[in-house]
Amino acid sequence: MGLFLAAAQAASTAGHGAEAAHGAEAAASGLPQLATHTYASQIFWLAVAVAVMYLIFSRVALPRIAGLMEERRDAVEDDLDRAAELRRKAEDAQKAYEAALAEARAEAQKIAEQTRAEIQKQVDEAMAKADAEIAARTAEGEKRIAEIRASALEAVEAVAADVAAEIVAAILPAAADAERVKAAVAAKLKG
Amino acid sequence: MAATEHAQGGINAHPMEQFTIRPLFGDEVGLFTITNSTLWMFIAILAATALLVLPTRNGALVPTRMQLVAEGIYGFVRKMVDDTLGPEGRPFFPYIFTLFVFILMSNVLGLLPWSFTTTSHIAVTGVLALAVFISVTAIGFARHGLHFISLFWVSSAPTVALRCVLFVIEFISYFVRPLSHSVRLAGNMMAGHAVLKVFAAFVPAMGIAGIIPIGAMTGIYALELLVACVQAYIFTILTCVYLNDALHMH
Repeated sequence: MGLFLAAAQAASTAGHGAEAAHGAEAAASGLPQLATHTYASQIFWLAVAVAVMYLIFSRVALPRIAGLMEERRDAVEDDLDRAAELRRKAEDAQKAYEAALAEARAEAQKIAEQTRAEIQKQVDEAMAKADAEIAARTAEGEKRIAEIRASALEAVEAVAADVAAEIVAAILPAAADAERVKAAVAAKLKG
Repeated sequence: MAATEHAQGGINAHPMEQFTIRPLFGDEVGLFTITNSTLWMFIAILAATALLVLPTRNGALVPTRMQLVAEGIYGFVRKMVDDTLGPEGRPFFPYIFTLFVFILMSNVLGLLPWSFTTTSHIAVTGVLALAVFISVTAIGFARHGLHFISLFWVSSAPTVALRCVLFVIEFISYFVRPLSHSVRLAGNMMAGHAVLKVFAAFVPAMGIAGIIPIGAMTGIYALELLVACVQAYIFTILTCVYLNDALHMH
């Protein structure tokens, strides 16, 4: 900047004279930036160049680059969406798997429970049957015991009557009445 | 001045000679004369086309390197326009983009040896800045009518007298805009190139010690590359800022 200002000061006086005495001299002796005879060409071609560049950019380069970047952003977003969907699907699959597992577990539990109940039932039945058999046998045994006892009692009674009759006959032959001895023994036994 | 140095055979520096506009055919420079300036403007167009149009031709979803550069430049200017102007800046985007790329290409191509820096000429930058100034003013009046004048009326100033003073200052500064806008760019380009040329003239004069100015030139060249890009950016961002005044006032 400082250099430019110093150079501009030095050239400004020369530039003024040069303008009158035609441009080529001014460029040679002073600052080329102040050679005003070149301004028209510079400005004209600047306008052309900027216009050409503007057309190239606004018609070709900028829409293309913007489109590319847009496309890429879309692609990335698409991929992210797809990834999110896949993740959701995986989560669903995981949930379904867990549900199936829980169901299977429940089923297994149920079957085990059922089997246990069935076995228990069978056991109970067998137990009941065995109990009934035991009871029946016990009852039969008791009946036989009662019968044996009864027959034994009868035998005792008969023996007692016989013995009593023998004793009575031996001691008091007159009083030997078989029937009355027997009745007396029966009464005694009952009492 | 230059002639005497030449005669002495000492330091042969013509730092301003590189800015001379020469017709490519013939001697006279008329309105339609094709000059070295014209040539380099069209080389700038070719370079911009090679950078922005050719790599995007096939439009790969996964960008190639050059396509990435083109998209980077596009995204850079797009962001600048969106940040300063908002959605209302959309219609101006192609022109602002053109402005940026034209200046960037001219500045950078100007750093090539034997090339010509079109943006080192006040006639070029002045027209670019005036075009911005005139269109911004026109857009301002078209959008806000005479209310656009209130851009100069600083209503946050405490007293009316102060506001009047500020009105004058703002008014002047508004009209100085195209001058500073254009001189900033042309001056930067010219100064950098002139400095490089001066240092280059030291090299043959210093003999073996000429390695010192060559080292300095390498550093300055890197700096100039930075300046070339930064000045293109500054010119463009200022265009956006001025346009923002016209679109949204304050």
